[in-house]
Amino acid sequence: MKLDRRTWFVILLLMALAALPLVATLAGQEFQIAQFRRILIFAIAAVSLDLILGYGGMVCFGHAAFFGVGAYVVAILNWHAGREVPLIGTWMGTNNVLVTWTAAVLVSGGAAFLIGLVSLRTTGIYFIMITLAFAQMIYFFFVSLRAYGGDDGLRFDGDTVAFGLIDTQDDAAFYYLVLAVLCGVLYAGRRMVNSRFGMVVQACRENERRMKALGFPTARYKLAAFAIAGATAGLAGALFAAHESYISPSIMHWTRSGDLIVMVVLGGMGTLFGPVVGALAFLFLEKTLPDYTEHWMVVFGPILLLLVLFARRGIFGWFLPKEERDGGSH
Amino acid sequence: MAAATEALLAVEGLVKRFGGLTATDNVCLDIRKGEIHAIIGPNGAGKTTLVAQLAGEVAPNGGTIRFSGRDVTRLPVDARARLGIARSYQITSVFRAFTALDNVAMAVQATDGHSFRFWRAARNESALRDPARAILERVGLGARTDVRAVNLAHGEQRQLEIAMALATRPSLLLLDEPMAGMGKDESERMTRLLARLKGEETILLVEHDMDVVFALADRITVLVYGRVIASDVPEAIRANPEVRAAYLGEGDA
Repeated sequence: MKLDRRTWFVILLLMALAALPLVATLAGQEFQIAQFRRILIFAIAAVSLDLILGYGGMVCFGHAAFFGVGAYVVAILNWHAGREVPLIGTWMGTNNVLVTWTAAVLVSGGAAFLIGLVSLRTTGIYFIMITLAFAQMIYFFFVSLRAYGGDDGLRFDGDTVAFGLIDTQDDAAFYYLVLAVLCGVLYAGRRMVNSRFGMVVQACRENERRMKALGFPTARYKLAAFAIAGATAGLAGALFAAHESYISPSIMHWTRSGDLIVMVVLGGMGTLFGPVVGALAFLFLEKTLPDYTEHWMVVFGPILLLLVLFARRGIFGWFLPKEERDGGSH
Repeated sequence: MAAATEALLAVEGLVKRFGGLTATDNVCLDIRKGEIHAIIGPNGAGKTTLVAQLAGEVAPNGGTIRFSGRDVTRLPVDARARLGIARSYQITSVFRAFTALDNVAMAVQATDGHSFRFWRAARNESALRDPARAILERVGLGARTDVRAVNLAHGEQRQLEIAMALATRPSLLLLDEPMAGMGKDESERMTRLLARLKGEETILLVEHDMDVVFALADRITVLVYGRVIASDVPEAIRANPEVRAAYLGEGDA
């Protein structure tokens, strides 16, 4: 079987990520495992944003809120279980990840559903602003939530065993769990964007008016895509909470939503795998550029600008077949 | 009323105002099953506005639109499309990044139940691809299935428009200037295509080319300043002095 450049690139990068804990351990740099685990968690969030931003043409400027909601759900449930403070009635919360992570997905998906219900009545710049506004409301809600630390955030003792198999205190084991979730999200996302549902969402991006004239009730498909993206971001948030054992409203600050958009654009919109590359590149640059200058944004800004101007499909676009490189909207 | 029961689409007293301009002025119109009904009129007569109201994209200020005996005046575009009203646009409106086949397959998918199906690759479903291929064949694009819409010639994009409208298996086709911007050869090809559809489909045709209109239409409605000044068979329209004065005689024909 002859593989194209894109497939080679995906395989090699995933293999490199799989080998990372081993290499880091051999090099005596175990701390890198947790560093990269954090990057992979943001990669999952970026992939979820690409579902609506790249494929659906919905520029959501509040995606970090869904990430944050997922993280807070896990943190709050764990905090109650740890302190043995009743949450609802006599229920003390739980640190069973099966429950906490599922709850994170459902609550963030539900929040995305409600926010989408209102936001998707608008398009273009209004959609950007209204999603930003909702995200800010959620941000300030958690800032003012004194019971759970408010501005200072919430520290908790998470469950140390995920699914009775994986010790989340074991850096490498938890790393592989995150990598597996990322691969699962990429695979399911790939199936979805090529399914009937995914085709409808992409066609809505291309020409929603035409879709309505064909008889598609476009609003409900876009809303479903929005909720799915929000739920997936919530899953990433749940992993992030477990990763940090600490959560604060700063992770859903509006600049975080901007970072996610940058990751998607930098890596390649509408490619699913591109945002993984984008997350790696963005978080790497964010870490290393400040070593050279505190005004690193001055360097990073033009890099991003050049990419948007000359590589419409971002970094990953270089590895795509020619006809897909400029695909999407013209 | 016998006429009302046999009409597939019955428009009564339709009014649309844009500020001080009355774009649709008390329009009454019957489209019978199986006919090609042409709407003609000088530029600015309100033809496209009328089509937009029939399709549901523009809400009228007054009057009723009945389709298959059902009042659809307040129904949104997508609901009317599901009842069987399909349209093509004066300015080409397709999915530009999709191939011709993807475009038509999307239209086939529109009539094949809901699209909350998340797993199977839609491009591998013969239930969508086979009918789409057949329709592209029917409109003369059989050799261009895998070309992206954006790379099709203008005339081919117009054919694709018709193919998408046909793929929803509509009971009424609203064709808004299908020959807009076409060269001579392309126009002739489109005319032949419409001639093949005659008798098989019910078509409301908005068109500027009088030769085409008089060759294809079973009945013609003449619109001037938003008002219907005549609605009859082609011979009667040609002979109508009011139409000649208002429209045909003024060099626009």
